[in-house]
Amino acid sequence: MSLKLGVPSKGRLMDKTFDWFGARGVTLGRAGSEREYAGRVEGIAGVELVLLSAGEIPRELSAGRIHLGVTGTDLVREKLGQWDMQVEELAELGFGHADLVLSVPNCWVDVDTLDDLDAAAAAFRRVHGFRLRIATKYHRLVRDFLRDNGVADYQLVDSQGATEGTVKNETAEAIADITSTGETMRANHLKLLDDGLILRSQATLFRSRTAPMEAADRDALQDLTALLNVG
Amino acid sequence: MPVTTPYRAAARAEAARLRALFEAEGALPVEAAILQPADLLLDLYGEDIRARAYVTSDAMRGEQMLRPDFTVPVVQMHMDGGAEPARYCYCGEVFRRQEDDPERANEYLQAGFELFDRDNPPAADAEVFALFQRILAPLSLRAATGDIGILTAAVGGLATTERRKHALMRHVWRPRRFRALLDRFSGRVAPPAARLAMLAAADPFETAGPDIGLRRRAEIEDRIEALREDAAAAPMSDHEVAMIDAVLAVRETMPYALEHLRDIAVDLPAILPAVDRLAARADALAARGIDVEHLDFEAAYGRTHMEYYDGFVFGFYAEARPDLPPVATGGRYDALTRVLGQGREIPAVGGVIRPGLVLDLGGLG
Repeated sequence: MSLKLGVPSKGRLMDKTFDWFGARGVTLGRAGSEREYAGRVEGIAGVELVLLSAGEIPRELSAGRIHLGVTGTDLVREKLGQWDMQVEELAELGFGHADLVLSVPNCWVDVDTLDDLDAAAAAFRRVHGFRLRIATKYHRLVRDFLRDNGVADYQLVDSQGATEGTVKNETAEAIADITSTGETMRANHLKLLDDGLILRSQATLFRSRTAPMEAADRDALQDLTALLNVG
Repeated sequence: MPVTTPYRAAARAEAARLRALFEAEGALPVEAAILQPADLLLDLYGEDIRARAYVTSDAMRGEQMLRPDFTVPVVQMHMDGGAEPARYCYCGEVFRRQEDDPERANEYLQAGFELFDRDNPPAADAEVFALFQRILAPLSLRAATGDIGILTAAVGGLATTERRKHALMRHVWRPRRFRALLDRFSGRVAPPAARLAMLAAADPFETAGPDIGLRRRAEIEDRIEALREDAAAAPMSDHEVAMIDAVLAVRETMPYALEHLRDIAVDLPAILPAVDRLAARADALAARGIDVEHLDFEAAYGRTHMEYYDGFVFGFYAEARPDLPPVATGGRYDALTRVLGQGREIPAVGGVIRPGLVLDLGGLG
Protein backbone atom coordinates (compact mmCIF):
# COMPACT_ATOMS: atom_id res chain seq x y z
CA MET A 1 0.00 0.00 0.00
CA SER A 2 0.98 3.60 -0.33
CA LEU A 3 -0.59 6.95 0.39
CA LYS A 4 -2.64 7.87 -2.68
CA LEU A 5 -2.76 11.51 -3.75
CA GLY A 6 -5.39 12.41 -6.36
CA VAL A 7 -4.59 15.39 -8.63
CA PRO A 8 -6.50 16.80 -11.64
CA SER A 9 -5.25 15.05 -14.74
CA LYS A 10 -4.95 18.00 -17.08
CA GLY A 11 -4.83 21.70 -17.75
CA ARG A 12 -4.01 24.69 -15.63
CA LEU A 13 -5.31 23.05 -12.47
CA MET A 14 -2.82 20.17 -12.88
CA ASP A 15 0.09 22.48 -13.72
CA LYS A 16 -0.63 24.80 -10.78
CA THR A 17 -0.97 21.83 -8.43
CA PHE A 18 2.39 20.45 -9.62
CA ASP A 19 3.89 23.94 -9.05
CA TRP A 20 2.41 24.21 -5.56
CA PHE A 21 3.80 20.84 -4.47
CA GLY A 22 7.10 21.53 -6.27
CA ALA A 23 7.59 24.79 -4.36
CA ARG A 24 7.38 22.71 -1.17
CA GLY A 25 9.92 20.09 -2.21
CA VAL A 26 7.56 17.46 -3.57
CA THR A 27 7.98 16.92 -7.31
CA LEU A 28 4.92 15.57 -9.08
CA GLY A 29 4.78 14.62 -12.74
CA ARG A 30 3.48 12.24 -15.32
CA ALA A 31 5.27 8.89 -15.44
CA GLY A 32 5.67 8.59 -19.18
CA SER A 33 4.23 10.39 -22.15
CA GLU A 34 1.86 13.36 -22.01
CA ARG A 35 -1.05 11.01 -22.70
CA GLU A 36 -0.35 8.60 -19.88
CA TYR A 37 -2.37 8.97 -16.67
CA ALA A 38 0.20 7.34 -14.38
CA GLY A 39 2.15 9.72 -12.15
CA ARG A 40 5.46 9.89 -10.39
CA VAL A 41 6.42 11.43 -7.05
CA GLU A 42 9.89 12.56 -5.98
CA GLY A 43 11.10 14.08 -2.75
CA ILE A 44 9.05 11.86 -0.44
CA ALA A 45 8.66 8.10 0.01
CA GLY A 46 5.44 6.10 0.22
CA VAL A 47 3.25 8.52 -1.76
CA GLU A 48 1.58 7.53 -5.03
CA LEU A 49 0.19 10.04 -7.51
CA VAL A 50 -3.20 9.26 -9.09
CA LEU A 51 -4.26 11.50 -11.98
CA LEU A 52 -8.04 11.91 -12.14
CA SER A 53 -10.65 14.23 -13.56
CA ALA A 54 -11.17 17.05 -11.02
CA GLY A 55 -14.88 16.18 -10.97
CA GLU A 56 -14.18 12.60 -9.86
CA ILE A 57 -11.86 13.49 -7.00
CA PRO A 58 -14.65 14.23 -4.45
CA ARG A 59 -16.23 10.83 -5.09
CA GLU A 60 -12.88 9.01 -4.83
CA LEU A 61 -12.12 10.78 -1.53
CA SER A 62 -15.56 9.91 -0.19
CA ALA A 63 -15.20 6.27 -1.24
CA GLY A 64 -11.78 6.14 0.43
CA ARG A 65 -9.99 5.06 -2.73
CA ILE A 66 -7.58 7.97 -2.41
CA HIS A 67 -6.22 9.43 0.84
CA LEU A 68 -5.59 12.96 -0.37
CA GLY A 69 -7.00 14.91 -3.28
CA VAL A 70 -6.81 18.34 -4.89
CA THR A 71 -10.07 19.72 -6.22
CA GLY A 72 -12.35 22.76 -5.96
CA THR A 73 -14.40 23.45 -2.83
CA ASP A 74 -17.40 23.88 -5.16
CA LEU A 75 -17.17 20.29 -6.41
CA VAL A 76 -16.78 18.82 -2.92
CA ARG A 77 -19.81 20.69 -1.60
CA GLU A 78 -21.93 19.92 -4.64
CA LYS A 79 -21.16 16.22 -4.78
CA LEU A 80 -20.80 15.14 -1.14
CA GLY A 81 -23.68 15.17 1.35
CA GLN A 82 -22.40 16.27 4.78
CA TRP A 83 -19.07 16.91 3.08
CA ASP A 84 -17.23 17.83 6.27
CA MET A 85 -17.96 14.41 7.73
CA GLN A 86 -16.28 12.77 4.74
CA VAL A 87 -13.28 14.96 4.03
CA GLU A 88 -11.08 17.43 5.88
CA GLU A 89 -9.71 20.60 4.28
CA LEU A 90 -5.94 20.54 4.78
CA ALA A 91 -4.97 23.64 2.81
CA GLU A 92 -6.34 26.18 0.39
CA LEU A 93 -3.89 26.28 -2.47
CA GLY A 94 -4.42 29.89 -3.53
CA PHE A 95 -5.37 29.27 -7.17
CA GLY A 96 -8.38 28.06 -9.14
CA HIS A 97 -10.41 30.88 -7.58
CA ALA A 98 -14.00 30.85 -8.72
CA ASP A 99 -17.28 32.12 -7.33
CA LEU A 100 -20.58 30.36 -7.83
CA VAL A 101 -23.01 33.20 -8.48
CA LEU A 102 -26.57 33.75 -9.56
CA SER A 103 -26.97 35.97 -12.62
CA VAL A 104 -29.90 37.45 -14.53
CA PRO A 105 -30.14 39.39 -17.80
CA ASN A 106 -28.82 42.92 -17.61
CA CYS A 107 -32.11 44.12 -19.12
CA TRP A 108 -33.96 43.02 -15.96
CA VAL A 109 -33.59 46.49 -14.48
CA ASP A 110 -36.19 45.58 -11.84
CA VAL A 111 -34.14 42.70 -10.42
CA ASP A 112 -31.10 43.33 -8.19
CA THR A 113 -31.68 41.00 -5.24
CA LEU A 114 -33.04 37.55 -4.37
CA ASP A 115 -36.17 39.30 -3.15
CA ASP A 116 -36.67 40.71 -6.67
CA LEU A 117 -35.87 37.35 -8.26
CA ASP A 118 -38.57 35.69 -6.15
CA ALA A 119 -41.16 38.32 -7.11
CA ALA A 120 -40.18 38.11 -10.79
CA ALA A 121 -40.42 34.29 -10.62
CA ALA A 122 -43.97 34.46 -9.25
CA ALA A 123 -45.06 36.84 -12.02
CA PHE A 124 -43.22 34.82 -14.67
CA ARG A 125 -45.10 31.67 -13.67
CA ARG A 126 -48.45 33.48 -13.96
CA VAL A 127 -47.60 34.83 -17.43
CA HIS A 128 -45.85 31.82 -18.96
CA GLY A 129 -47.48 28.91 -17.13
CA PHE A 130 -44.22 27.34 -16.03
CA ARG A 131 -41.64 28.06 -13.37
CA LEU A 132 -38.73 30.38 -14.14
CA ARG A 133 -35.75 28.32 -15.30
CA ILE A 134 -32.30 28.65 -13.79
CA ALA A 135 -29.56 26.86 -15.75
CA THR A 136 -26.75 25.31 -13.73
CA LYS A 137 -24.67 22.24 -13.13
CA TYR A 138 -24.55 22.88 -9.37
CA HIS A 139 -28.01 21.63 -8.55
CA ARG A 140 -27.58 20.90 -4.88
CA LEU A 141 -25.71 24.07 -3.96
CA VAL A 142 -28.13 26.30 -5.86
CA ARG A 143 -31.25 24.58 -4.52
CA ASP A 144 -30.01 24.72 -0.91
CA PHE A 145 -29.10 28.38 -1.34
CA LEU A 146 -32.48 29.33 -2.79
CA ARG A 147 -34.36 27.31 -0.17
CA ASP A 148 -32.42 28.94 2.67
CA ASN A 149 -33.29 32.30 1.17
CA GLY A 150 -36.95 31.44 0.61
CA VAL A 151 -37.03 31.82 -3.16
CA ALA A 152 -39.93 29.91 -4.78
CA ASP A 153 -41.47 29.30 -8.22
CA TYR A 154 -38.22 28.48 -10.00
CA GLN A 155 -36.90 25.29 -11.58
CA LEU A 156 -33.37 24.18 -12.20
CA VAL A 157 -32.44 23.04 -15.69
CA ASP A 158 -29.25 21.15 -16.23
CA SER A 159 -26.47 22.84 -18.16
CA GLN A 160 -23.06 21.22 -18.32
CA GLY A 161 -21.43 23.90 -20.46
CA ALA A 162 -21.90 27.25 -22.24
CA THR A 163 -24.36 28.08 -19.47
CA GLU A 164 -24.11 31.83 -20.15
CA GLY A 165 -25.67 31.23 -23.58
CA THR A 166 -28.86 29.61 -22.27
CA VAL A 167 -30.61 32.92 -21.60
CA LYS A 168 -30.11 34.25 -25.10
CA ASN A 169 -31.21 30.87 -26.48
CA GLU A 170 -34.31 31.08 -24.26
CA THR A 171 -33.72 27.70 -22.66
CA ALA A 172 -33.33 29.41 -19.27
CA GLU A 173 -34.21 32.81 -17.75
CA ALA A 174 -31.32 33.01 -15.28
CA ILE A 175 -28.12 31.10 -14.56
CA ALA A 176 -26.03 29.96 -11.62
CA ASP A 177 -22.45 29.33 -12.66
CA ILE A 178 -18.82 29.63 -11.72
CA THR A 179 -17.09 32.86 -12.66
CA SER A 180 -13.63 34.15 -11.87
CA THR A 181 -13.77 37.64 -13.33
CA GLY A 182 -17.38 38.02 -14.48
CA GLU A 183 -16.11 38.78 -18.00
CA THR A 184 -18.07 36.01 -19.76
CA MET A 185 -21.23 37.06 -17.92
CA ARG A 186 -20.89 40.68 -18.98
CA ALA A 187 -20.18 39.64 -22.56
CA ASN A 188 -23.44 37.69 -22.51
CA HIS A 189 -25.42 40.66 -21.14
CA LEU A 190 -25.86 39.13 -17.70
CA LYS A 191 -25.42 40.74 -14.28
CA LEU A 192 -24.79 39.33 -10.81
CA LEU A 193 -27.46 39.69 -8.16
CA ASP A 194 -26.29 41.85 -5.23
CA ASP A 195 -26.88 38.98 -2.78
CA GLY A 196 -26.37 36.20 -5.32
CA LEU A 197 -22.98 34.88 -4.17
CA ILE A 198 -23.59 31.19 -3.45
CA LEU A 199 -20.05 30.00 -2.75
CA ARG A 200 -16.44 31.15 -3.00
CA SER A 201 -14.31 28.31 -4.28
CA GLN A 202 -10.62 27.61 -4.83
CA ALA A 203 -8.37 24.61 -5.38
CA THR A 204 -8.02 22.89 -2.01
CA LEU A 205 -6.08 19.91 -0.67
CA PHE A 206 -8.53 17.53 1.01
CA ARG A 207 -7.91 14.50 3.21
CA SER A 208 -10.36 11.59 3.08
CA ARG A 209 -11.81 10.67 6.47
CA THR A 210 -12.80 7.25 5.18
CA ALA A 211 -9.70 5.89 3.39
CA PRO A 212 -8.14 2.93 5.25
CA MET A 213 -4.51 3.51 6.28
CA GLU A 214 -1.73 1.17 7.30
CA ALA A 215 1.05 2.24 9.65
CA ALA A 216 3.32 3.09 6.69
CA ASP A 217 0.57 5.30 5.20
CA ARG A 218 0.21 7.19 8.46
CA ASP A 219 3.96 7.80 8.50
CA ALA A 220 3.87 8.97 4.88
CA LEU A 221 0.94 11.30 5.65
CA GLN A 222 2.80 12.75 8.62
CA ASP A 223 5.96 13.29 6.53
CA LEU A 224 3.98 14.86 3.72
CA THR A 225 1.95 17.25 5.87
CA ALA A 226 5.14 18.28 7.68
CA LEU A 227 6.88 18.92 4.38
CA LEU A 228 3.92 20.84 2.99
CA ASN A 229 3.37 22.59 6.32
CA VAL A 230 -0.36 21.90 6.26
CA GLY A 231 -3.01 20.19 8.40
CA MET B 1 -29.54 2.24 6.86
CA PRO B 2 -29.67 -1.58 6.86
CA VAL B 3 -32.80 -2.94 8.47
CA THR B 4 -33.04 -6.56 9.55
CA THR B 5 -35.68 -8.85 8.10
CA PRO B 6 -37.51 -9.56 11.39
CA TYR B 7 -37.76 -5.82 12.08
CA ARG B 8 -39.10 -5.18 8.62
CA ALA B 9 -41.68 -7.96 8.97
CA ALA B 10 -42.79 -6.64 12.36
CA ALA B 11 -43.15 -3.08 11.00
CA ARG B 12 -45.16 -4.40 8.08
CA ALA B 13 -47.45 -6.33 10.45
CA GLU B 14 -47.86 -3.18 12.58
CA ALA B 15 -48.77 -1.19 9.44
CA ALA B 16 -51.36 -3.77 8.45
CA ARG B 17 -52.80 -3.68 11.99
CA LEU B 18 -53.09 0.10 11.85
CA ARG B 19 -54.77 -0.02 8.47
CA ALA B 20 -57.24 -2.59 9.84
CA LEU B 21 -58.06 -0.19 12.69
CA PHE B 22 -58.77 2.54 10.11
CA GLU B 23 -60.85 0.11 8.08
CA ALA B 24 -62.90 -0.67 11.16
CA GLU B 25 -63.84 3.05 11.19
CA GLY B 26 -65.41 2.62 7.77
CA ALA B 27 -62.43 3.59 5.63
CA LEU B 28 -61.98 2.08 2.19
CA PRO B 29 -58.49 0.55 1.75
CA VAL B 30 -56.70 1.99 -1.29
CA GLU B 31 -53.36 1.50 -3.03
CA ALA B 32 -51.09 4.01 -4.75
CA ALA B 33 -48.32 3.47 -7.31
CA ILE B 34 -44.79 3.75 -5.95
CA LEU B 35 -43.71 5.69 -9.04
CA GLN B 36 -45.57 9.00 -9.24
CA PRO B 37 -45.33 11.50 -12.12
CA ALA B 38 -42.77 14.10 -11.07
CA ASP B 39 -44.26 17.09 -12.85
CA LEU B 40 -47.36 17.23 -10.64
CA LEU B 41 -45.34 17.03 -7.41
CA LEU B 42 -42.91 19.65 -8.72
CA ASP B 43 -45.79 21.95 -9.60
CA LEU B 44 -47.21 21.59 -6.11
CA TYR B 45 -44.06 21.81 -4.05
CA GLY B 46 -41.55 23.49 -6.35
CA GLU B 47 -37.92 22.61 -6.77
CA ASP B 48 -37.49 21.99 -3.01
CA ILE B 49 -39.14 18.59 -3.38
CA ARG B 50 -36.09 17.38 -5.30
CA ALA B 51 -34.07 17.70 -2.11
CA ARG B 52 -36.53 15.43 -0.33
CA ALA B 53 -37.78 12.96 -2.94
CA TYR B 54 -35.98 10.49 -5.17
CA VAL B 55 -36.29 11.32 -8.83
CA THR B 56 -35.79 8.80 -11.59
CA SER B 57 -36.72 8.83 -15.26
CA ASP B 58 -37.23 6.87 -18.42
CA ALA B 59 -37.38 7.89 -22.05
CA MET B 60 -41.14 7.28 -22.35
CA ARG B 61 -42.65 8.78 -19.22
CA GLY B 62 -39.99 11.30 -18.37
CA GLU B 63 -39.33 12.09 -14.72
CA GLN B 64 -40.94 9.97 -12.02
CA MET B 65 -40.69 10.25 -8.26
CA LEU B 66 -40.61 7.52 -5.68
CA ARG B 67 -43.78 8.21 -3.71
CA PRO B 68 -42.88 10.77 -1.01
CA ASP B 69 -46.38 10.50 0.51
CA PHE B 70 -49.82 9.04 -0.16
CA THR B 71 -51.89 12.17 0.22
CA VAL B 72 -51.46 13.46 -3.33
CA PRO B 73 -52.33 10.16 -5.11
CA VAL B 74 -55.27 9.56 -2.73
CA VAL B 75 -56.65 13.06 -3.39
CA GLN B 76 -56.25 12.52 -7.13
CA MET B 77 -58.08 9.22 -6.93
CA HIS B 78 -60.90 10.78 -4.95
CA MET B 79 -61.22 13.75 -7.31
CA ASP B 80 -61.52 11.29 -10.20
CA GLY B 81 -64.91 10.19 -8.95
CA GLY B 82 -64.96 9.18 -5.30
CA ALA B 83 -68.22 9.01 -3.33
CA GLU B 84 -69.07 11.71 -0.78
CA PRO B 85 -68.38 11.71 2.02
CA ALA B 86 -65.47 9.29 1.78
CA ARG B 87 -62.98 7.71 4.17
CA TYR B 88 -59.83 6.06 2.81
CA CYS B 89 -57.01 4.15 4.44
CA TYR B 90 -53.69 2.81 3.16
CA CYS B 91 -50.31 1.56 4.20
CA GLY B 92 -47.01 1.24 2.40
CA GLU B 93 -43.51 2.61 1.96
CA VAL B 94 -42.68 6.22 1.34
CA PHE B 95 -39.26 7.42 0.24
CA ARG B 96 -37.44 10.56 1.39
CA ARG B 97 -33.92 11.64 0.58
CA GLN B 98 -31.93 12.40 3.74
CA GLU B 99 -28.93 14.31 2.49
CA ASP B 100 -28.10 16.01 5.73
CA ASP B 101 -28.84 13.35 8.31
CA PRO B 102 -27.74 9.77 7.60
CA GLU B 103 -29.45 8.65 10.82
CA ARG B 104 -32.92 9.36 9.42
CA ALA B 105 -34.63 6.64 7.42
CA ASN B 106 -34.93 7.25 3.68
CA GLU B 107 -37.54 4.53 3.25
CA TYR B 108 -40.23 3.83 5.82
CA LEU B 109 -43.80 2.68 6.21
CA GLN B 110 -46.81 4.93 6.65
CA ALA B 111 -50.35 3.95 7.59
CA GLY B 112 -52.85 6.67 6.84
CA PHE B 113 -56.45 7.75 7.06
CA GLU B 114 -58.06 10.49 4.92
CA LEU B 115 -61.55 11.94 5.31
CA PHE B 116 -63.34 13.91 2.56
CA ASP B 117 -66.43 15.59 3.95
CA ARG B 118 -68.15 18.86 3.04
CA ASP B 119 -70.78 19.03 5.73
CA ASN B 120 -69.00 19.70 8.97
CA PRO B 121 -65.25 20.40 8.82
CA PRO B 122 -64.81 20.88 12.60
CA ALA B 123 -66.45 17.50 13.23
CA ALA B 124 -64.24 15.91 10.54
CA ASP B 125 -61.10 17.43 12.14
CA ALA B 126 -62.20 16.07 15.50
CA GLU B 127 -62.98 12.62 14.08
CA VAL B 128 -59.47 12.24 12.61
CA PHE B 129 -57.65 13.65 15.64
CA ALA B 130 -59.67 11.58 18.12
CA LEU B 131 -59.08 8.42 16.08
CA PHE B 132 -55.30 8.98 16.09
CA GLN B 133 -55.34 9.87 19.78
CA ARG B 134 -57.25 6.69 20.62
CA ILE B 135 -55.04 4.39 18.52
CA LEU B 136 -51.81 5.90 19.88
CA ALA B 137 -52.98 6.13 23.52
CA PRO B 138 -50.82 3.17 24.73
CA LEU B 139 -47.66 5.13 23.78
CA SER B 140 -48.48 8.19 25.96
CA LEU B 141 -47.43 10.68 23.30
CA ARG B 142 -47.64 14.47 23.49
CA ALA B 143 -50.09 15.95 21.01
CA ALA B 144 -49.25 19.25 19.28
CA THR B 145 -51.93 21.15 17.38
CA GLY B 146 -52.05 24.29 15.32
CA ASP B 147 -54.06 26.01 12.62
CA ILE B 148 -52.42 27.56 9.55
CA GLY B 149 -55.78 29.24 8.81
CA ILE B 150 -55.31 31.72 11.67
CA LEU B 151 -52.12 33.16 10.16
CA THR B 152 -53.54 33.31 6.63
CA ALA B 153 -56.64 35.05 7.97
CA ALA B 154 -54.41 37.56 9.79
CA VAL B 155 -52.49 38.28 6.58
CA GLY B 156 -55.75 38.58 4.64
CA GLY B 157 -56.99 41.15 7.15
CA LEU B 158 -54.02 43.51 6.98
CA ALA B 159 -54.76 47.10 5.97
CA THR B 160 -52.21 47.14 3.18
CA THR B 161 -52.16 46.62 -0.58
CA GLU B 162 -53.51 43.43 -2.16
CA ARG B 163 -50.14 42.92 -3.79
CA ARG B 164 -48.35 42.91 -0.45
CA LYS B 165 -50.90 40.57 1.09
CA HIS B 166 -50.55 38.23 -1.84
CA ALA B 167 -46.76 38.22 -1.50
CA LEU B 168 -47.01 37.46 2.24
CA MET B 169 -49.58 34.72 1.62
CA ARG B 170 -47.27 33.08 -0.89
CA HIS B 171 -44.55 32.81 1.75
CA VAL B 172 -46.55 31.77 4.80
CA TRP B 173 -44.59 28.48 4.70
CA ARG B 174 -41.19 30.18 4.36
CA PRO B 175 -40.72 32.09 7.62
CA ARG B 176 -37.47 33.75 6.59
CA ARG B 177 -38.79 35.29 3.38
CA PHE B 178 -42.08 36.11 5.16
CA ARG B 179 -40.09 38.10 7.73
CA ALA B 180 -38.02 39.83 5.03
CA LEU B 181 -41.23 40.89 3.29
CA LEU B 182 -42.71 42.24 6.52
CA ASP B 183 -39.51 44.23 7.12
CA ARG B 184 -39.64 45.68 3.63
CA PHE B 185 -43.38 46.45 3.58
CA SER B 186 -43.18 48.15 6.97
CA GLY B 187 -40.18 50.26 5.95
CA ARG B 188 -37.94 48.73 8.63
CA VAL B 189 -35.48 47.89 5.89
CA ALA B 190 -34.79 50.65 3.36
CA PRO B 191 -35.02 49.73 -0.32
CA PRO B 192 -31.62 49.22 -2.00
CA ALA B 193 -30.07 52.35 -3.53
CA ALA B 194 -30.15 50.79 -7.00
CA ARG B 195 -33.92 50.43 -6.66
CA LEU B 196 -34.45 54.07 -5.76
CA ALA B 197 -32.20 55.18 -8.62
CA MET B 198 -34.07 52.96 -11.09
CA LEU B 199 -37.47 54.30 -9.99
CA ALA B 200 -36.21 57.90 -10.18
CA ALA B 201 -34.66 57.48 -13.64
CA ALA B 202 -36.41 59.08 -16.61
CA ASP B 203 -35.58 55.98 -18.65
CA PRO B 204 -34.94 52.94 -16.43
CA PHE B 205 -33.70 50.99 -19.45
CA GLU B 206 -31.01 53.51 -20.40
CA THR B 207 -28.10 51.22 -19.46
CA ALA B 208 -29.98 47.95 -19.75
CA GLY B 209 -28.31 46.75 -22.94
CA PRO B 210 -30.10 44.51 -25.42
CA ASP B 211 -33.32 42.70 -24.55
CA ILE B 212 -32.51 39.03 -24.12
CA GLY B 213 -34.42 36.08 -22.75
CA LEU B 214 -38.00 34.93 -22.58
CA ARG B 215 -39.03 37.42 -19.89
CA ARG B 216 -40.15 40.26 -22.17
CA ARG B 217 -39.82 44.02 -21.86
CA ALA B 218 -43.56 44.31 -21.09
CA GLU B 219 -43.22 41.98 -18.09
CA ILE B 220 -40.32 44.03 -16.76
CA GLU B 221 -42.34 47.24 -17.25
CA ASP B 222 -45.26 45.67 -15.38
CA ARG B 223 -43.05 44.94 -12.43
CA ILE B 224 -41.55 48.45 -12.49
CA GLU B 225 -45.11 49.77 -12.36
CA ALA B 226 -45.84 47.47 -9.41
CA LEU B 227 -42.67 48.73 -7.68
CA ARG B 228 -43.72 52.35 -8.28
CA GLU B 229 -47.13 51.61 -6.75
CA ASP B 230 -45.48 49.93 -3.80
CA ALA B 231 -43.08 52.84 -3.29
CA ALA B 232 -46.07 55.22 -3.27
CA ALA B 233 -48.11 53.10 -0.84
CA ALA B 234 -47.96 53.82 2.87
CA PRO B 235 -45.74 51.45 4.83
CA MET B 236 -47.45 48.84 6.96
CA SER B 237 -47.79 50.22 10.47
CA ASP B 238 -45.75 48.87 13.37
CA HIS B 239 -49.08 48.07 14.95
CA GLU B 240 -50.00 45.69 12.13
CA VAL B 241 -46.61 43.98 12.16
CA ALA B 242 -46.99 43.61 15.92
CA MET B 243 -50.34 41.92 15.42
CA ILE B 244 -48.86 39.35 13.03
CA ASP B 245 -46.13 38.73 15.61
CA ALA B 246 -48.77 38.39 18.32
CA VAL B 247 -50.65 35.77 16.30
CA LEU B 248 -47.43 33.84 15.62
CA ALA B 249 -46.52 33.91 19.31
CA VAL B 250 -49.73 32.23 20.53
CA ARG B 251 -48.62 29.03 22.22
CA GLU B 252 -50.83 27.86 25.05
CA THR B 253 -53.39 25.24 26.01
CA MET B 254 -56.51 25.44 23.87
CA PRO B 255 -58.79 27.50 26.17
CA TYR B 256 -56.10 30.16 26.79
CA ALA B 257 -55.09 30.19 23.14
CA LEU B 258 -58.71 30.86 22.16
CA GLU B 259 -58.99 33.63 24.71
CA HIS B 260 -55.70 35.16 23.55
CA LEU B 261 -56.74 35.01 19.87
CA ARG B 262 -60.09 36.65 20.69
CA ASP B 263 -58.14 39.48 22.32
CA ILE B 264 -56.05 39.89 19.17
CA ALA B 265 -59.24 39.78 17.08
CA VAL B 266 -60.43 42.99 18.75
CA ASP B 267 -57.70 44.77 16.73
CA LEU B 268 -57.73 42.36 13.81
CA PRO B 269 -61.37 41.36 13.29
CA ALA B 270 -60.47 39.56 10.04
CA ILE B 271 -59.27 36.57 12.05
CA LEU B 272 -62.63 36.15 13.82
CA PRO B 273 -64.07 33.56 11.41
CA ALA B 274 -60.87 31.50 11.72
CA VAL B 275 -60.99 31.81 15.51
CA ASP B 276 -64.64 30.74 15.47
CA ARG B 277 -63.65 27.69 13.43
CA LEU B 278 -60.97 26.90 16.00
CA ALA B 279 -63.56 27.20 18.79
CA ALA B 280 -65.99 24.94 16.90
CA ARG B 281 -63.19 22.40 16.49
CA ALA B 282 -62.38 22.58 20.20
CA ASP B 283 -66.07 21.87 20.97
CA ALA B 284 -66.13 18.98 18.49
CA LEU B 285 -62.94 17.57 20.05
CA ALA B 286 -64.45 17.86 23.55
CA ALA B 287 -67.59 16.09 22.31
CA ARG B 288 -65.34 13.21 21.24
CA GLY B 289 -63.88 13.00 24.71
CA ILE B 290 -60.57 14.84 24.06
CA ASP B 291 -59.23 16.70 27.09
CA VAL B 292 -59.27 20.09 25.37
CA GLU B 293 -58.43 21.91 28.60
CA HIS B 294 -54.91 20.47 28.43
CA LEU B 295 -54.47 20.25 24.66
CA ASP B 296 -51.50 22.31 23.39
CA PHE B 297 -52.15 24.83 20.64
CA GLU B 298 -49.40 26.68 18.77
CA ALA B 299 -50.33 29.15 16.02
CA ALA B 300 -46.95 28.73 14.24
CA TYR B 301 -47.08 24.91 14.41
CA GLY B 302 -46.60 23.14 11.08
CA ARG B 303 -45.46 26.29 9.32
CA THR B 304 -42.08 25.07 8.14
CA HIS B 305 -42.58 21.45 7.15
CA MET B 306 -46.24 20.75 6.47
CA GLU B 307 -46.76 22.83 3.38
CA TYR B 308 -49.97 21.53 1.89
CA TYR B 309 -51.90 21.87 5.14
CA ASP B 310 -53.90 25.07 5.24
CA GLY B 311 -56.07 24.68 8.35
CA PHE B 312 -55.96 22.34 11.34
CA VAL B 313 -52.56 20.63 11.83
CA PHE B 314 -51.45 18.10 14.41
CA GLY B 315 -48.56 15.86 15.41
CA PHE B 316 -47.89 13.23 18.07
CA TYR B 317 -44.45 13.19 19.71
CA ALA B 318 -42.59 10.80 22.02
CA GLU B 319 -41.35 13.26 24.64
CA ALA B 320 -38.81 10.84 26.08
CA ARG B 321 -37.31 10.38 22.61
CA PRO B 322 -36.58 13.84 21.19
CA ASP B 323 -34.29 12.14 18.65
CA LEU B 324 -37.30 10.62 16.88
CA PRO B 325 -39.41 12.40 14.29
CA PRO B 326 -43.14 12.70 15.11
CA VAL B 327 -44.87 9.32 15.33
CA ALA B 328 -47.94 10.71 13.58
CA THR B 329 -48.79 13.90 11.71
CA GLY B 330 -51.82 15.21 9.90
CA GLY B 331 -54.03 18.11 9.02
CA ARG B 332 -56.52 19.75 6.75
CA TYR B 333 -55.66 20.35 3.07
CA ASP B 334 -58.67 21.94 1.38
CA ALA B 335 -56.48 23.97 -1.00
CA LEU B 336 -54.71 20.85 -2.27
CA THR B 337 -58.05 19.39 -3.40
CA ARG B 338 -58.71 22.69 -5.18
CA VAL B 339 -55.41 22.49 -7.07
CA LEU B 340 -55.78 18.81 -7.96
CA GLY B 341 -59.52 19.05 -8.63
CA GLN B 342 -59.15 21.51 -11.54
CA GLY B 343 -62.11 23.63 -10.58
CA ARG B 344 -63.69 21.25 -8.09
CA GLU B 345 -62.81 21.07 -4.43
CA ILE B 346 -63.78 19.25 -1.29
CA PRO B 347 -62.77 19.91 2.30
CA ALA B 348 -60.39 17.14 3.38
CA VAL B 349 -58.45 16.17 6.48
CA GLY B 350 -56.22 13.21 7.24
CA GLY B 351 -53.06 11.93 8.80
CA VAL B 352 -50.38 9.25 8.85
CA ILE B 353 -48.80 7.07 11.52
CA ARG B 354 -45.28 5.63 11.17
CA PRO B 355 -45.57 1.95 12.16
CA GLY B 356 -41.79 1.61 12.50
CA LEU B 357 -41.71 4.32 15.18
CA VAL B 358 -44.70 2.75 16.94
CA LEU B 359 -42.64 -0.44 17.10
CA ASP B 360 -39.51 1.40 18.32
CA LEU B 361 -41.58 2.78 21.19
CA GLY B 362 -42.76 -0.66 22.30
CA GLY B 363 -45.82 -1.19 20.10
CA LEU B 364 -49.50 -0.71 20.83
CA GLY B 365 -49.71 -3.76 23.12
